[in-house]
Amino acid sequence: MVAAVETRSAASLEISDLSISYGDTPALSGVSLSIKEREIFGIIGPANAGKTSFLKVLNRMDFFDSKMRVAGEVLFNGRDIRKVRNIYGLRRKIGVVFPLPVGLPLSVYDNVALAPRLAGIKNKADLNVIVERCLTRAALWDEVKDRLDSLGSLLSGGQQQRLTIARALSQEPELLILDEFSIAIDPVTTMRIEEVLKELKDEMTIILVTNLVQQARRLADRTAFFLGGSCVEIGITEDLFTGGQTDDRTRDYVMGRFG
Amino acid sequence: MLFRILFGFMTATLVLPVVLILGTLIYKGGPMISVDFLFTNPVQGMTAGGIFPALLGTVWLVLVALLISVPLGVAAAIYLSEYAADNWFTRAINLAIINLAGVPSIVHALFGVGAFVIFFGFGTSILAASLTLAVMTLPVVIVATRESLQAVPYAFREACWNMGATRWQTIRRVVLPNAITGVLTGVILEVSRTAGETAPIMFTGAAFFLPFLPQGVFDQTMALSLHLFVVSTQVPGMPEQLPFGVALVLVGLVLLMNSFSIALRMYLRGKKKW
Repeated sequence: MVAAVETRSAASLEISDLSISYGDTPALSGVSLSIKEREIFGIIGPANAGKTSFLKVLNRMDFFDSKMRVAGEVLFNGRDIRKVRNIYGLRRKIGVVFPLPVGLPLSVYDNVALAPRLAGIKNKADLNVIVERCLTRAALWDEVKDRLDSLGSLLSGGQQQRLTIARALSQEPELLILDEFSIAIDPVTTMRIEEVLKELKDEMTIILVTNLVQQARRLADRTAFFLGGSCVEIGITEDLFTGGQTDDRTRDYVMGRFG
Repeated sequence: MLFRILFGFMTATLVLPVVLILGTLIYKGGPMISVDFLFTNPVQGMTAGGIFPALLGTVWLVLVALLISVPLGVAAAIYLSEYAADNWFTRAINLAIINLAGVPSIVHALFGVGAFVIFFGFGTSILAASLTLAVMTLPVVIVATRESLQAVPYAFREACWNMGATRWQTIRRVVLPNAITGVLTGVILEVSRTAGETAPIMFTGAAFFLPFLPQGVFDQTMALSLHLFVVSTQVPGMPEQLPFGVALVLVGLVLLMNSFSIALRMYLRGKKKW
């Protein structure tokens, strides 16, 4: 298991003309973009921009939402995800962190060991290694190592969010998706997680959806600006923030004039 | 303050019947209870001796009914809560469950005679009676389980699905363990109802008087609820205390069988936090 870390591949995504609607209400229309291996791809934009719907398509969560209609093409490592038979296998390659921390009502240990167990790992020693490694990388190990048996849902909000990240890492994901992860946690924890993400970038592709434009600026290599269901602009993050925008709306948003 | 007193008073009036019933049963039936009463056969046209065949019969009926209805009911609740799409078919099933709960028990009894005794050919037997009881109490198990499944936050399911868990893996590892207290509530309600019902079993498997104990599920049996009816109304020259004794044993048996579920539920509730 340990050896797998160095040789692992990261995901690349090629999205063309993606449109999403719920019933008759469009949520996203005509988005085309590509996400490269081992980059942090930021997505900024106000509420209702279609950011979360976009993420749900990437790991085929639309499969469990009968109202969601999806058109267009998403290539994950060159494969069309809408034609992938084993969507469970696809999801295992994609770790997701939600806006609100979700500590499952299992012990801290079982929270992190759940995904490996689902993948069929039963050996206790292997699981111990994975749990310790993932908690360490999520900057949580030191705080919970003495109480791995206590309930994950009883940790503090910031700890639960790091637990969620550790759980996502336990899948050995090629792609890590964070959906406004810092919305419910304190600034100190946010900074710790941001440091973690900078390190994880070497191993996996990261999509960071955030309401905080400065967070995108600190972390993302490239950033897309979503507004009202379409993608206004995509560019090198630093350019978007230093006058290199091609669209006035992007400039106004990153300068805090609306949103 | 006014409402506090008002609601407190209303609650007290609810408790009063319980206290009176239990008090009467213990006062009048208490002296009847003895090892002989519990563990010997009735004699002299049931006016003397014990009630062991009825006691054992009720245990049989309840356990067999539970064995049938709990797996069925839990499976149905899982389907309705976790798999079923919200369409006319699901709504029809939900409506059917509510209707099933509203069917009078004597109608269930006649259904049991037609379906289990005659059509399936089980005869008047523990199996036919327990099946009838199981059908009658299925809505209780289904509704209790479904409610507790739906009380498990949706975010837990999403988190599991995002990890690549199938619906079933999610149910088995996260949803069901957190809904188990609801299943136990269903079981508790079912045991109480099953043990006390008389109409559904009197045509399908319970006997007026049997000189022997049932050897298997295809035998007839005596049952406490029917026995209570019989000793209260059907036998002349019955000692006044005896029906109270039977009733007390019935209540005690239900409490005993439920105490296991209640203890388990309390233990699990203490552990459950999110």
